[in-house]
Amino acid sequence: MFTNAGTSSFTAFLSKVAPEMLPGRRPLPPGMAADMAPHATTIVAISAAGGVVMAGDRRATMGNLIAQRDIEKVHPADAYSLVGIAGTAGIGIELMRLFQVELEHYEKIEGAMLSLDGKANRLASMIRGNLGAAMQGLAVIPLFAGFDLAALDPARAGRIFSFDVTGGPYEETGYDAIGSGSLFAKSALKKRFRAGLSVDDAVRLAVEALYDAADDDTATGGPDLTRRIYPVVMTATAEGTHRLTDAETAAIAESVVAGRMENPGG
Amino acid sequence: MAMQFYASPEQIMRDRSELARKGIARGRSAVVLSYEGGVLFVAENLSSTLHKVSEIYDRIGFAAVGRYNEFENLRRAGVRMADLNGLSYDRRDVTGLGLANAFAQTLGAIFTEQSKPFEVEICVAEVGATPDDDSIYRLTYDGSVNDEPGRMAMGGQAEAITGVLKNEHRPDMSLSEAVRAAVKALSSVGGEGGASRTIAANQLEVAVLDRRRVGRTFRRITGAALTALLDGEAADTAPAPGRAKTPTVPTEEAKKPTTSAGSTDLEGQQDEAGGEPAQ
Repeated sequence: MFTNAGTSSFTAFLSKVAPEMLPGRRPLPPGMAADMAPHATTIVAISAAGGVVMAGDRRATMGNLIAQRDIEKVHPADAYSLVGIAGTAGIGIELMRLFQVELEHYEKIEGAMLSLDGKANRLASMIRGNLGAAMQGLAVIPLFAGFDLAALDPARAGRIFSFDVTGGPYEETGYDAIGSGSLFAKSALKKRFRAGLSVDDAVRLAVEALYDAADDDTATGGPDLTRRIYPVVMTATAEGTHRLTDAETAAIAESVVAGRMENPGG
Repeated sequence: MAMQFYASPEQIMRDRSELARKGIARGRSAVVLSYEGGVLFVAENLSSTLHKVSEIYDRIGFAAVGRYNEFENLRRAGVRMADLNGLSYDRRDVTGLGLANAFAQTLGAIFTEQSKPFEVEICVAEVGATPDDDSIYRLTYDGSVNDEPGRMAMGGQAEAITGVLKNEHRPDMSLSEAVRAAVKALSSVGGEGGASRTIAANQLEVAVLDRRRVGRTFRRITGAALTALLDGEAADTAPAPGRAKTPTVPTEEAKKPTTSAGSTDLEGQQDEAGGEPAQ
């Protein structure tokens, strides 16, 4: 089964040899299942000069309960791109791992990376595969962002793609947010985003936007100063993907909170 | 009706072995050796795109000689198997030994069941924490596996090359010394009248599994970085960044993230200061 001449796609290979490992290929009993599993919430992405920033809060909820305080929802998809997950946490994590393997697999088989648009299209078709479960309430919506190595202008190389349960991708200009708090995060970004931000400014802006989301959405977790749990912030630039250390995000989050002590509206 | 002549099983196996050996001996050779900073692969290859050396998984590399279509088929199978196991269990559960066994089963079955054996010889190498922990497996066309002592050569005139390599190789060599030893061994045969010859840098395919990296450790060394290593200059500095040629390696600085598929992410080794292990 391994030596058949086949595609370079790992999901296409899985669909032949182990279809049960693909999300969306499992038969579900009829009825809504929305409240049976934890939900991951808000992710924001901002394009900056020379790259892109993605940040996610750390809360997962189940109905009115907090299911997990320190879940990680923003991950590197490969060396130059990032993926954030909102929606049903278990399926989201599975999908994200599968997407990571999909990109790495293609790269190893073909000896070259997929283009950024190619990666976004692959992710869209994987989301579409989960449509049946999404209609029963187990939806997963990712946010995808990356540094486009083929971009002519390095200032515009940071690109963001959004999706819906039927697939996508939809390229976003400037910034985007997904998840329950996205309405508030996007409103904050709408007023504060300026084209050509530096990566450092975009990181600060992302943490501010997550604070605004947590301010008005109970399912989004704000910076947890007592437990020292802060948002996960990652960047993708010409140097590759990078996750800010806990110390760095702590410093930014604490300064955002200090700012809000003076002016709660930010 | 055509007359079927009797051929003894021994004769059939001998004929198949001879066919495979002849095919392998026609090709150019490759060597694999462990050095202080990892495992080095050097192959003589006129093409810069049809690779003889490639990445299988985080800490596992693959080198082959012989027929391209046949070893490429095995390489793809290895990548598929490694990715499937890594996804269903964990990235740490993919081992060089497991892959070597799978390749051995495949090659053995092809040798006995098919009318023509694969004319290939392959090497599966896994980099460990120290040179003693490296494992290098040689697999031949009939499915036999050998655990090699830190170095191996395969292809045409492999024995002569191994002889030179044995004299030159030490487990504590630097990368530059290891590259030069490998090239000396490869070029010790094939000259006029059995003399040594010179192999140009653009006819070499060089790659390493870098012991000190987390996540994906495989990287190719090409262009100016390779020339510098061959000249012995800039002995063990990392190669100059060459984005187009090495898409899997975003930067050569040790501190920067080098993993593609978030393998560090899954192993919970994100940053020294990054504290929390992932799920």
